[in-house]
Amino acid sequence: MTDSVIGALQEAFPDAEFSEPHGQEVVSVPPTALVGLVAAARDAGFDCFIDLCAVDYLTRDPRFEVVVNLLSMGLKRRLRIRVGVPASDPVVPSITPVFAGANFFEREAWDLLGVRFEGHPDLTRILLPDDWEGHPLRKDVPVGSVPVQFKGSPKA
Amino acid sequence: MSNPPDITTGELEAPASKTEANAPASTGADERRAVHDLWLSGTEAPTTAGRFTDEGAQEMLDDETPEALAQQRGTAVVDDYVSDDLATGDETQILNMGPQHPATHGVLRLQVELEGEIVRRVKPIIGYLHTGMERTAEVLTYMQGPTNVTRMDYLSPFHNELCFSLATETLLGIDVPPRAEVIRVMMSELNRVASHLLWAATTGFDIGALSMMIYGWRERELCLEFFEKLTGLRMNHNYIRPGGVSADLHDGWEDDLEALITGVEKGLVEYEDLLMGNPIFLERTKGVGYITPEECLAYGVTGPVARASGIDWDLRRDMPYSGFEEYEFDVPVTSNGDVFDRFLVRFEEVRQSLRIVRQAADRMPDGDWRTEDRKVTPPPRARIDQSMEALIHHFKIMTEGFKVPAGETYQAVESSRGELGMYMVSNGTAKPWRLHVRAPSFAHVQALPTMLTDSLVADTIATLASVDPVLGDVDR
Amino acid sequence: MARPSQPGGFITTVLDKVAGWAQTRSMWPANFGLACCAIEMMATGAAHNDLARFGMEVFRASPRQADLMIVAGRVSQKMAPVLRQVYDQMAEPKWVISMGACASTGGMFNNYALVQGVDQVVPVDVYVPGCPPGPQGLMHGILTLHGMVQRGESRGVAV
Repeated sequence: MTDSVIGALQEAFPDAEFSEPHGQEVVSVPPTALVGLVAAARDAGFDCFIDLCAVDYLTRDPRFEVVVNLLSMGLKRRLRIRVGVPASDPVVPSITPVFAGANFFEREAWDLLGVRFEGHPDLTRILLPDDWEGHPLRKDVPVGSVPVQFKGSPKA
Repeated sequence: MSNPPDITTGELEAPASKTEANAPASTGADERRAVHDLWLSGTEAPTTAGRFTDEGAQEMLDDETPEALAQQRGTAVVDDYVSDDLATGDETQILNMGPQHPATHGVLRLQVELEGEIVRRVKPIIGYLHTGMERTAEVLTYMQGPTNVTRMDYLSPFHNELCFSLATETLLGIDVPPRAEVIRVMMSELNRVASHLLWAATTGFDIGALSMMIYGWRERELCLEFFEKLTGLRMNHNYIRPGGVSADLHDGWEDDLEALITGVEKGLVEYEDLLMGNPIFLERTKGVGYITPEECLAYGVTGPVARASGIDWDLRRDMPYSGFEEYEFDVPVTSNGDVFDRFLVRFEEVRQSLRIVRQAADRMPDGDWRTEDRKVTPPPRARIDQSMEALIHHFKIMTEGFKVPAGETYQAVESSRGELGMYMVSNGTAKPWRLHVRAPSFAHVQALPTMLTDSLVADTIATLASVDPVLGDVDR
Repeated sequence: MARPSQPGGFITTVLDKVAGWAQTRSMWPANFGLACCAIEMMATGAAHNDLARFGMEVFRASPRQADLMIVAGRVSQKMAPVLRQVYDQMAEPKWVISMGACASTGGMFNNYALVQGVDQVVPVDVYVPGCPPGPQGLMHGILTLHGMVQRGESRGVAV
């Protein structure tokens, strides 16, 4: 990447991997470097927080991945940051000190996928009822469908 | 009263002194105390399970200082009749709004801590419409995807479908024909018009202009009739699909569109006459629900709310998709950041959307309305009788679905609420591995406490309505 | 669970008929719009398809003042207790219309998050199919309910 913004980030974070699938800029870092990278990206111009989500890759190690999406209105660019999270210890530092808007998104990732965010001010369930057990968006949890009463339809 | 009587042994007289009853010497007294505490506080002791902070599980907690608890249990010695709280006027009350509430735009629950009429703390509690759409998307094929996704932000179904289709097409690496692109632009701008009309109707209704509800719906019915003629449904159309759109424009669409545009523009003039000069309306909306541009960026607030605060950003102009760079339109931006400005921005957006619709109708190219790639688009029904290949393609697409190469992409569109984005991960099969929807209303609801702190209760309704959250978007 | 039929209901007196007639004339709906069906419910109350001709344009926010609960939209697991609570707070006679596919059977969302049919939580009198049912569909459902009440098939009280 010869781009100056990406080049500066690359210098500051030498163990980060940069790629460009479908023309979109993606950075992969280990969990320890996440908060630093997000703060550096914000200082470099990516000041609008867009999205944070988690993905369950089930058969891959690390099993989970936390994906942060940032937008720079000044540079008209997006940046996607991916962090691999192992299943044995699904903890990632929270980026709420950098972007206050990550609050609800991290709660949703915890609620639906079970990825914990250390340093989050209020990591509780947000979309599911308080007393729900489990994390339904994980791939080893069935969808929870009930059998529909049509002749010959397979059971859920 | 220092110590309540002992119920288990039938003694009616309280023990002589407090210290005697509280002495830990005899286990009998402890047991009786425990039973009595249970009797006083009920069997529902507050649990500490699932509580990571003193914010509580999903609700705001009252002040739980030991003094307050002791007072509740009757174990505190109260000398003064008037407590300190009442003297300084610091007493606050937690009020619960929703989830069943006429003015929360759906099933949003707001816990508001009030000091008199002033709002001190707000905690939005969501999840009452959680439908598990992201999980359902992993079970449906890419062809069925728009049916699921279109019901998220149910006021802008075309935007949801467009985002999903664009993301799928990016992963597939295909283009749509020019006619399909222009139809998509036209329909999403008409959707913006319909959504803003409904917003104006419900917001006016919430603020107190009750007749706005009837007026706004009158113009929206024009749009819905057009949608029904074209797509077959008034809402949740499943019209924009990966590869193009599902059906061509109907006969006589130009006349219908002309009548629609004329009707809506006439209605807009009427709304502005009714609302903008009304002093009560101005009182209720000016200076209310303010959010700074920096807070917008920190919370990810985009769309009309951000544009009313002075952030000049519109995905259609700045990061165009689906051919938007070829249309001429203005992006309204104001700087006050209050509810009145959001009205101005949205009304002007309706006008600009109609401008885009006119340009799209003028330049509508001929051609196919969906891609020729038979692996993605089902063949025309007539050909199924004639060609074996067409039959096989139809069968495979409808049952198994088309396979999408492995990869990931994030696609954003400018929906009526703000930036609607979809992060789609594919693993090479016919169903998405993960579909995460970045809903604009989710970020806006998160920014509500910022807008509402230190405002009045009545402003809560006006601000909430002006932010235009759609709970299908928030909860998915 | 549909509402059970009335005991000894094959003899309806003139008084019952009058009561049934009166109950249908101004059956106020409770505000229970949840999702997309709520938009179509509002459209039914708006000017184009007018619910006011049946005396039903006032959607009461307080369930105590309402006769009819139109469950319009998908009911999630978190919302089900709220639904039951609002239903319990309504005074008898009360009726329930389950509007839309999601309220009737769970709709297209056969998953962990939704109650698969609102009749698992409250007794339903009329099911209106559609996703969402247009205003004509909802009106047909409401008029069906009116017919049932007038004929004495549904007294709106727990048996």
